[in-house]
Amino acid sequence: MSFDVYALRKEFPFFSEYKDLAYLDNGATSQRPQKVIDAVNEFYQKYNANPFRGLYDLSVEATDRYEAARRKAARFINADSENEIVFVRNATEALNLAAFSLGEMCVKEGDEIIISVCEHHSNMLPWRHMADRKKATVKYLFCKEDGSFSLDELKTLLTDKTKILAVTAMSNIFGRINDIKSMAELVHEKNAYIVADGSQSVPHSHTDVKALDCDFLAFSGHKMLGPMGIGVLYGKSRLLENMPPFLTGGEMIENVSLEEVTYAGIPHKFEAGTVNAGGAVGLAKAIDIIDDIGMDNIIKHEEALTKIAFEGLSDIPHVHILGSDDYKDHNGIITFKIDNVHPHDVSQILADNDIAVRAGHHCAEPLHRYLNIPSTTRASLMFYNTEEEIRRFIDCVKEIRPLMGFRD
Amino acid sequence: MNNRTYYNEILTEHNADPLHKHMIANPSKMLRGVNPSCGDDITLLINTDENGMITEGSYVGDGCAISQASADIMIDMIIGKSVDEALKLKDKFIKMIHGEASEEEIESLEEASALRDISHMPSRVKCAVLSWHTLEEMYKDK
Ligand SMILES: Cc1ncc(COP(=O)(O)O)c(C=O)c1O
Repeated sequence: MSFDVYALRKEFPFFSEYKDLAYLDNGATSQRPQKVIDAVNEFYQKYNANPFRGLYDLSVEATDRYEAARRKAARFINADSENEIVFVRNATEALNLAAFSLGEMCVKEGDEIIISVCEHHSNMLPWRHMADRKKATVKYLFCKEDGSFSLDELKTLLTDKTKILAVTAMSNIFGRINDIKSMAELVHEKNAYIVADGSQSVPHSHTDVKALDCDFLAFSGHKMLGPMGIGVLYGKSRLLENMPPFLTGGEMIENVSLEEVTYAGIPHKFEAGTVNAGGAVGLAKAIDIIDDIGMDNIIKHEEALTKIAFEGLSDIPHVHILGSDDYKDHNGIITFKIDNVHPHDVSQILADNDIAVRAGHHCAEPLHRYLNIPSTTRASLMFYNTEEEIRRFIDCVKEIRPLMGFRD
Repeated sequence: MNNRTYYNEILTEHNADPLHKHMIANPSKMLRGVNPSCGDDITLLINTDENGMITEGSYVGDGCAISQASADIMIDMIIGKSVDEALKLKDKFIKMIHGEASEEEIESLEEASALRDISHMPSRVKCAVLSWHTLEEMYKDK
């Protein structure tokens, strides 16, 4: 399939609804193609029954569709088996599940957890919470100014007490894709586990959990064309099998008596209660669409747009982009500040000109504190963005300081 | 760029070239006001004489242009007025920001009326009223 961005945009009802809006807040959530919306509708119109609970045809059909979505997600990230895919609400829930259950399995008083300073709150607070509960110590892996990590620094942090490294596969601030594979090697030498946050990387790069050898990977469907309310925790089956459940209740058991309970096998042990089957079916359709477009095409187009945005903004006096000075490290994410103009004013002026970006600390307040910047503005791209939108964004950023009364 | 923006010249000038953003020695009142959700942070410093007239005023802090310009304009307006008059202006300003002031009231707010369009921007209301609310807090026992 050749890449025609204007044809692709026709598949998204959002773009005919908002013809003049340049939507550059894809890091927060992507837009959804009509086919994804239709797939969710179709599930509720034609196949609606509670999966797993009925022996009648419809419940079996609903179960089949839900499990087919699981197989699709497994294949998309190259997991060994669909049993390694736990459906959850979003990356945040996935990471809370991992922190709780892995913590119960292997963390005791005095153990150490390493968290990178670049993490979204969702991959930081669950680990800190668990460490508090277990009286374990939290250590931080700091990044360099370009957003990269030093493997040597990681080596000095790793000890025989280290149990877990929590690190993002792609920063939602810098856009940099981290070297999870090399980190996993170092972590495994210490018999510890690596939990990668794939929220930003999975929609924008090839993901192969076997090649990365990461123990866990979390991501959300809504950032990759899927519905809100469906996400994935990938975990190696041998680990998931040994971890206790996170939530308990219906559907995650084998047998319950008044004295005892045996849990269901993986992944159902981790999916208590009625599942989001409609969401899973929508995510499966989103994966089909990404596959049809082709991840290589997506990367190519996003890289071309990133180059234009990066070079355009770099050329504007008083505009500073966070992270690497090579656009290739940004993967569609340009986080920036403008001297003497507050990010809320920047995003307001962009919004007044029909350009949607995000301002604030983007749920990475510790990183902003570490960089000593209170807040920033972030433009985050997706394959359906156009060069025209990026040029309009650059032109508007150029006007901001003059508009705010600065003459140089 | 289209001109659908709320950042008019009065606002941007007070932000880029503030008249009253500095410390004053021995203020009779000093109070900090913060919007935790967006990080606007200002400290008001006021001096009054024995008759309750505001003789000196200033502010320091960080935040978006709307919060900073609003503080600068407020200080400019209340210097030389009594605390009571200043609090009356505050009432009118808050009415304007909530879209409830009459044309006459808005006019009497002079430069502060440059912020009238904030009443159409719910997400920025708290930026515009921060300094005025801080002033209110400062004299709430009066
Ligand atoms: C890097 C990263 N991790 C985690 C999240 C949390 O995702 P969600 O809100 O879907 O759980 C996000 C997005 O907000 C993110 O960018």
